Amino acid sequence: MSTGTPTLNTEPTKASIDHLKTLESESIYILRETAAQFRNPVLLYSIGKDSSVLVHLARKAFYPGLLPFPLLHVDTGYKFKEMIEFRDKFAESIGARLIVHRNEEAIAGGAHPMKLGVARCCGQLKTSALLAALEKGGFDAAIGGARRDEEKSRAKERVFSYRDAFGQWDPRNQRPELWNLYNGQIHEGDTMRVFPLSNWTEQDVWQYIRQENIPIVPLYYAKERQVIRRGNNWIPVEESTRIQEGEIEETRWVRFRTLGCAPCTGAVLSTATSMDEIVTEASTTTRSERETRVIDHGANTMEDKKREGYF
Amino acid sequence: MSGLSGGLLRFATAGSVDDGKSTLIGRLLVDTRGVYEDQLDAAQKDNERRGGKGIDFALLTDGLKAEREQGITIDVAYRYFATSKRKFIIADAPGHEQYTRNMVTGASSADLMLLLVDARYGLTTQSRRHSYIAYLLGIRHFIVAINKMDLMDYDEAVYRRISDDFMDFLRKIGGSPDVRCIPISALAGDMVVTRGANMHWYKGATVLETLESVQVEISSGHGEGFRFPVQKVNQPTKMSAIPDFRGYMGRVASGSIRVGDPVLILPGGYRTTVSGIVTFDGSLQTASAPESVTLTLEDNIDVSRGDMISGVDNPAQNLTEFSAAVCWMSGSPMRIGEKYRLQHTSRLTRCIVTRVDYRINVNTLAQEHDIAELNINDIAIVWIKTLNPIAADPYEANRTTGAFILIDQDNNTVASGMIRGTWLSVGL
Repeated sequence: MSTGTPTLNTEPTKASIDHLKTLESESIYILRETAAQFRNPVLLYSIGKDSSVLVHLARKAFYPGLLPFPLLHVDTGYKFKEMIEFRDKFAESIGARLIVHRNEEAIAGGAHPMKLGVARCCGQLKTSALLAALEKGGFDAAIGGARRDEEKSRAKERVFSYRDAFGQWDPRNQRPELWNLYNGQIHEGDTMRVFPLSNWTEQDVWQYIRQENIPIVPLYYAKERQVIRRGNNWIPVEESTRIQEGEIEETRWVRFRTLGCAPCTGAVLSTATSMDEIVTEASTTTRSERETRVIDHGANTMEDKKREGYF
Repeated sequence: MSGLSGGLLRFATAGSVDDGKSTLIGRLLVDTRGVYEDQLDAAQKDNERRGGKGIDFALLTDGLKAEREQGITIDVAYRYFATSKRKFIIADAPGHEQYTRNMVTGASSADLMLLLVDARYGLTTQSRRHSYIAYLLGIRHFIVAINKMDLMDYDEAVYRRISDDFMDFLRKIGGSPDVRCIPISALAGDMVVTRGANMHWYKGATVLETLESVQVEISSGHGEGFRFPVQKVNQPTKMSAIPDFRGYMGRVASGSIRVGDPVLILPGGYRTTVSGIVTFDGSLQTASAPESVTLTLEDNIDVSRGDMISGVDNPAQNLTEFSAAVCWMSGSPMRIGEKYRLQHTSRLTRCIVTRVDYRINVNTLAQEHDIAELNINDIAIVWIKTLNPIAADPYEANRTTGAFILIDQDNNTVASGMIRGTWLSVGL
């Protein structure tokens, strides 16, 4: 490797503020294209930081009007308590229509990653639930907060990503996407996934949250929490954790860089208790945020899950 | 359109197989921390499982299973990194399979082309082809990274010869773009991020310094006149704060506008005045590209999605029959007389390709005549007739209002097109 010391982007400069404006304007453009080209779009709201940015951008896009589409949360039943509280308060505060969908059958059947394995659990509680919710609502476009920098199969994802009637993604057969011309043409029964944050990085998201004062779930801030060490991850101790033999509960200063289901989302050791500290941490960390997501590291990759209809 | 903000540079990369493109991109990402340690570890493990040693940068950038299994890059991948000066978006187009289709896609949103040339072989047919496509797509800034200088004893003469060849080639395709030729060794790291100790004779900037400092704002293709394609009418039903509000949502494609400025609504041709520029963060007096805003107009006229709000001086032209360069991107061939949907800015209309003037051989640049159909990866000059007029500019003057795509019955995007400066105008 090189011995050079390049200049790193730790503090926002004029350049970084400038580029946030460009990204914001592009995302608003994409959201408006979605509202204009589809009959019944929905915004997939996962309660995470990217969703929060997405909703903020949508409010800007349609101002002075209200959001022209509802928010949809696919609830696995394993989300952190703080997330659910935040969700309900937030949706109400902005006057958005919130739809919560759960795969009640699977939840009643006791679906848990320890019982089913992570891939099958995600398949039932997230992918199947999402596809069912889209069908139930008759939605023809689902807007999500996925970013291309998150994971390498997402690096090849389109902004307007076509899904067949089974909700599946065919990465070898994607529509070419040129300039800012987004082809939203679909046949009855097909759907589109739309990713307005495609060109944002984790750093951009944090800088923008700080700049715009966007409310986020308190779990993103560091505090002392009960955790166990599982593999390379610090898993929070929640009702749904199911501590295994040999795993020891301990108290650590941690925070979450990304939020998913409690049993499958690792925390990172951190003392960042303010937005400034989080932004600095996001700019200087040497590990990717998806490292803490158990689902990314099984034999069943993100690409496989995306093919089946996952985000 | 891209690149108007100095804080963000979008560039495309191109090169032949084995010229070290993955190594160069990998180095830029690693040295600017555009890639994380756990991703590097995963790429290294992936490579070792395959019997390789160290990090194969291609495994870092090839996101799809089929790509890693077959050792080929299928699709354009987007990569991100940032320094204190700028944020970068790389459109990384594979050099071989479906090269034209992927190159065109990658180049469409880029303001700069980073072309890799192997110092041992100099300018190849592929380098010429990639440069031509980039030029055709409106790219006017080139960095030619002459790689593997370590294998040529860091010889300045090799660098001079390849630089001269490239300039000669660009003159041949008619352009006078901004070109920086940089001798590098992606493997050793010379002149990529740091200067290294091997080429004291080279006084210019490194690849990263050049990427950080290139000014793309002044390049052509970003247009000067005000252009505002209307995406959607903003007419809130339950708005007590602003009763009877009616605004037009869109992104300024080029130029700028001030409250009180006269504008034309195209293709209708009505003339009115901008009465307000509305945003979530408050009302504005001016807006310029690439801002997304909502405009209100003085007169209550019929404006809807697909209309273009244009400046009155040197306005966009209403076209129904025009010449265009198209790149065919579908496995099913294009036949003259067949109907397609044409998407241009926010307007969707129907069209027929009435004539193929000639196909361009991207290797020799020769014009091939008597062409009855176009196949995947073909580039040709054609004539198109639309059902409804589109308010457009030549692509060379405006990359947003001069671009279109064609969509077939199966809803696939089958072609990309760039409007040329010759047309039969319907006028105002």
